[in-house]
Amino acid sequence: MAHDTEVLVLGGGSTGCGIARDLAMRGVEVTLVERGNLTDGTTGRMHGLLHSGGRYAVSDQASAVECIEENEILREIAGHCVETTGGLFVQRPEDPDDYFREKLEGCRDCDIPARVLSGREAREVEPYLAEDVKRAIQVPDGAVDPFRLCVANAVDAENYGARIETHAEVIDLLREGDDIYGVEVRHESGPGKRTHGTPGTTEEITAEYVVNATGAWAGQIGAMADLDVEVRPSKGVMTIMNVRQVDTVINRCRPKGDADIVVPHETTAILGTTDEEVTDPDDYPEEQWEVDMMIDTLSELVPILEEARTIRSFWGVRPLYEPPGRGTTDPTDITRDFFLLDHEERDGVSGMSSIVGGKFTTYRAMAEEISNHVCEQLGVRASCATAEEALPGSENLAVLEEGMDDFGLRSPIARRSKQRLGSRSQEVLETDEPNPVVCQCEGVTRAEVQDAIDQSGSDLNAVRIRTRASMGNCQGGFCCQNMANELHPEYDEATTREALDELFQERWKGERHALWGEQLSQAMLNYALHATTMNRDNDPASHTEAVDYGAFDSGDSSVRPSSRRRSGGD
Amino acid sequence: MAISDDVLVIGGGIAGATAALAAAEEGADVRLVTHKQSTLRNASGLIDVLGYTHEGEGPIVDPFDRLEELPESHPYRRVGTEAVREALSFFDEVAGDAYAGDHTDANALVPTHGGTVKPTARYPVSTAAGLASDPRDTLLVGFETLTDFDAPLAASHLEAAGAPFAARGVTLRFPGIVRDDAKLTRYAHLLDREEPVETAAGERSAREALAATVKPHLEGESRVGFPALLGDEFADEVRAELADRLGADVFEVPMGPPSLPGMRLEDLLYEALEDAGVRVVSGVPVVGYETDDDGTIDHVLVDRHGQEIPHEAGQYVLATGGLVGKGVRSERDRAFEPIFDCHVPHADDRYDWFVDDVFGEQPYARFGVVPDRELRPLDADEEPEFSNLRAAGAVLGGYDYAAEKSGAGVSLATGYVAGGRAGAEASR
Repeated sequence: MAHDTEVLVLGGGSTGCGIARDLAMRGVEVTLVERGNLTDGTTGRMHGLLHSGGRYAVSDQASAVECIEENEILREIAGHCVETTGGLFVQRPEDPDDYFREKLEGCRDCDIPARVLSGREAREVEPYLAEDVKRAIQVPDGAVDPFRLCVANAVDAENYGARIETHAEVIDLLREGDDIYGVEVRHESGPGKRTHGTPGTTEEITAEYVVNATGAWAGQIGAMADLDVEVRPSKGVMTIMNVRQVDTVINRCRPKGDADIVVPHETTAILGTTDEEVTDPDDYPEEQWEVDMMIDTLSELVPILEEARTIRSFWGVRPLYEPPGRGTTDPTDITRDFFLLDHEERDGVSGMSSIVGGKFTTYRAMAEEISNHVCEQLGVRASCATAEEALPGSENLAVLEEGMDDFGLRSPIARRSKQRLGSRSQEVLETDEPNPVVCQCEGVTRAEVQDAIDQSGSDLNAVRIRTRASMGNCQGGFCCQNMANELHPEYDEATTREALDELFQERWKGERHALWGEQLSQAMLNYALHATTMNRDNDPASHTEAVDYGAFDSGDSSVRPSSRRRSGGD
Repeated sequence: MAISDDVLVIGGGIAGATAALAAAEEGADVRLVTHKQSTLRNASGLIDVLGYTHEGEGPIVDPFDRLEELPESHPYRRVGTEAVREALSFFDEVAGDAYAGDHTDANALVPTHGGTVKPTARYPVSTAAGLASDPRDTLLVGFETLTDFDAPLAASHLEAAGAPFAARGVTLRFPGIVRDDAKLTRYAHLLDREEPVETAAGERSAREALAATVKPHLEGESRVGFPALLGDEFADEVRAELADRLGADVFEVPMGPPSLPGMRLEDLLYEALEDAGVRVVSGVPVVGYETDDDGTIDHVLVDRHGQEIPHEAGQYVLATGGLVGKGVRSERDRAFEPIFDCHVPHADDRYDWFVDDVFGEQPYARFGVVPDRELRPLDADEEPEFSNLRAAGAVLGGYDYAAEKSGAGVSLATGYVAGGRAGAEASR
């Protein structure tokens, strides 16, 4: 039987995109479908920590070893997505000495470079640490941009011939007897790039093999073919600060607990997190106490957080999985390891495997293992090359760093653009056209926005995750409109308006959780600019009722300067 | 010795300036202190009175017809419809030829930089030729280096909004702008100062060069709209010269910050304050106050370069703005008025301060002090906080100026009433 594709990957998060790239590089024909934008699930909703493994050095040494190995690989293949901030495990006077010792020994057992700093030395590294911190362990934690990394994997998969379909929700698994042979998807605006206002279509995509890489949603996919996949989604809050209070990842050195990490991320710092099991990964409460706890508890480590400005909060859902029969009640005790569920072995249903559990830092290793399994099923012999070959944007970074000019941009903007684009900088930023800044907070220029539009269509949230435009202090109040302007004339006015409304609403979603102090003032200003100045809340173009223009002031004809002053031209 | 005046106005936006002018007109000695840059640089410079009801009905043709429908707590209801009319006439006199719209009670629909139209009661003369109810065909001009106004998109949006004329947009290169990230004021100053710029035809003045850039794109339209950057100090001259050279009327489309029409309005108000003999002190925050035994305010403390100087007055007007101007502040568990700690009603749970739709009925947008009919802020028991303190403008709560399009109107009306009453009482 002929198939549309050899392998169909479900889910456009880090795991799915990693698998698509891995298989495509081995010459396998791959199609990936994602319900929303790339990273819309858990990948785009994490704290951006590139684990050194230190976090698992006591509780789960196998994971710790894997983390440090992958940490080192990602610094090589994805340099433009990683910031080598370093990390500290900080002990406060009330935190147990035993645990500090175990952590240090654990790091050494797992070959994680670790060095003990006195309280004073730790404060020399991070001056905003509380004055009474006792000591710290320095480890090679880092910060990683999950959007950029995930998109780079997808782009490279496409470079190797993969088909990537976003805004294509799986509505059914195609199953005949005991064989799964594809899916039916609903394209929000037809196949290809998303264009608002284009009618949706459905499509059956058949494949020799299906990989369910939908993480916290894997249970829902499994259920479409009457398969039980026992994911235990667990939510965690992350609160974003408007500046980097720290330049190093700060972990609390105690056995386990909520609100124990601060990750510097681009212009911001991200506070995390909580761990609470939820029933539905799409519908769970986002609560005030969670945000307050981030600030209150982490202020014990970094006191200025108490008074600092937060710009938004968001929640992510971990795709935790527990093999049947273990019966762990506290989600913090569920393993962070990943599981490959071959439904043929497990359920006697061939043609599909599900991948659950795992963590972002080790996405590549997970993808490699799954791809090996898939290749075995298909009889493909090619081996994995993802650990050696740099992602687009990270090729020859060291060489490029020296040779690159500033493309006519002011240096802070040029520097930030180049950090985001890496080795793609020249290709994207070199232009004969004017290249003004579209987003002031993040220093994103028109060329970068246009490059993102070329990749992703009229979806401004897809532009946002590629460029960081609208992710700074103003949360889009000043730049959403400018970003939408960039869609025109390629996309028409109605499409542009819908895309703008969608982005503005999305920005509000996270900003709601930061509505006090400076950010409430910012929210009011944003509201005033969009409602008062632009009248976007009552735009006659978006209302069905026509405006009777004739009833309004058409100007005072007695003073109209108009044609009387006309001199008949030059 | 303490500085002493009849009336002390705190805050230098539309409400504060109007209050000071109204108090001065009553014969009072008036001082106005401001701390930060006013929020006018964020404002479009339009004088909205009421574009939509509190229930979202609109656009309203005649705002004065609808004021009585507003809830009892709305600042307009506190001062009454007649006072709103008087305040607007007061503004018309202050603004003179700089503003238009006073020939009718009907609102005007003004094109916005986002491309749709919005209802407003008075508008700067620079926007007068662009009214959407004027059926003349329109050319909109945008510039490659300005990302917040896309003229072809705005033109197409105006058509989608049902505007009764054909609109077309072109995007051009602004002669004399060499840096892609030049500030908006740079464009205005080029035109103000008639700086020489390089063009293909040799060196020309900036105005001449701009007209020559636009002219070939005119296809018989009798008016041309530009983003609001046509001069700062000499805006009228710039517009007139461009109109002359183009053989068409020229208008500005109000923009977001930094807004030249907003800054021009600020200049206009401060000139009027100077003419009225109001003493204006800028850059100084009010940091405290003392009361008499009877609970009236005796003096406030003004921080001048680190020194706390007592400022004494018979009457005080609080016109410090809302959340944006920081006349209302907030913390995780409360919203408050920071100078006198006047009562600001709000839900205890901050998750009740907002609704999920960004343009929904937002409780936070209504944060502010609640006044009596004398505009004296009331405490939680609905008694005046102080007998000699009135409040005006966005520091008042109970209305959503963004949704209603009522910001400048409320500031004018309440500033006029608060200042007038304070002036009358203080000089009695």
